[in-house]
Amino acid sequence: MVTGNRVPVGAHYGWRDWLSQRITAVVMAVYTTIIFGMLLWYGGLDYAVWLAAFRYEPFRIATFIFMIALLWHAWVGVRNIAMDYIKPVAVRLALQCVVIIALVGYAGWTINVLWGRGA
Amino acid sequence: MPALERPAARPRPVYLNLLAIRLPLPAFVSILHRVSGALLFLVGIPLSLWTVQRALVSADAWAQLRVMVTHPFGKLVLIVLAWAYLHHFLAGLRHLLMDMHIGVNLQAGRQSAAVVLVISLVLTLGVVIRLW
Repeated sequence: MVTGNRVPVGAHYGWRDWLSQRITAVVMAVYTTIIFGMLLWYGGLDYAVWLAAFRYEPFRIATFIFMIALLWHAWVGVRNIAMDYIKPVAVRLALQCVVIIALVGYAGWTINVLWGRGA
Repeated sequence: MPALERPAARPRPVYLNLLAIRLPLPAFVSILHRVSGALLFLVGIPLSLWTVQRALVSADAWAQLRVMVTHPFGKLVLIVLAWAYLHHFLAGLRHLLMDMHIGVNLQAGRQSAAVVLVISLVLTLGVVIRLW
């Protein structure tokens, strides 16, 4: 039954992007605040501490969650910019494909940095 | 019935001289939010991943990166990205507050835009001082 004035085409009307943009922002804000708070508290960083942090599994997992939030957030933002400024559909679609490939690649790179050889 | 016909498209005034448009402060913060976001995507993410990866290789690589930050170009890149992150962070917090209906009237919007602009610049200045 159609009661509203929207055409029910199965579209999400952007609410999903809107919400994920905010949730990922909060995740990143919490991570950033904790990390920079600790940096300020300890007054800097030397190589030994840096290395120890990346060998500490909870830090790796937190960093991974931050990066997934960042990449997802970047997707929504770049897509918004593309939709606003790039009018030819073919160009926009091609560019969005490149962006998706880059973001998935960055996710793989992140895993490599966090859990790859030597880290 | 002529009354039901669509009126012929009237030429509407288009004024898009970017150099002459004076943006209100919230609009200025808004476009900077976009610019900083694009910058973080284009440069920030790949450069950060590369730097973290390099910095984990060895103590020598770590020391090399510290030298790179003493180079003027290295400093410039770091400062611009620091500003982009800080501005994007604070402008984003402003959006989240507005989503919760905090500070949504015109005056509060103008004030919070000024706060975002000033605090991000002051914190960036902190980074500049720290680098020198």
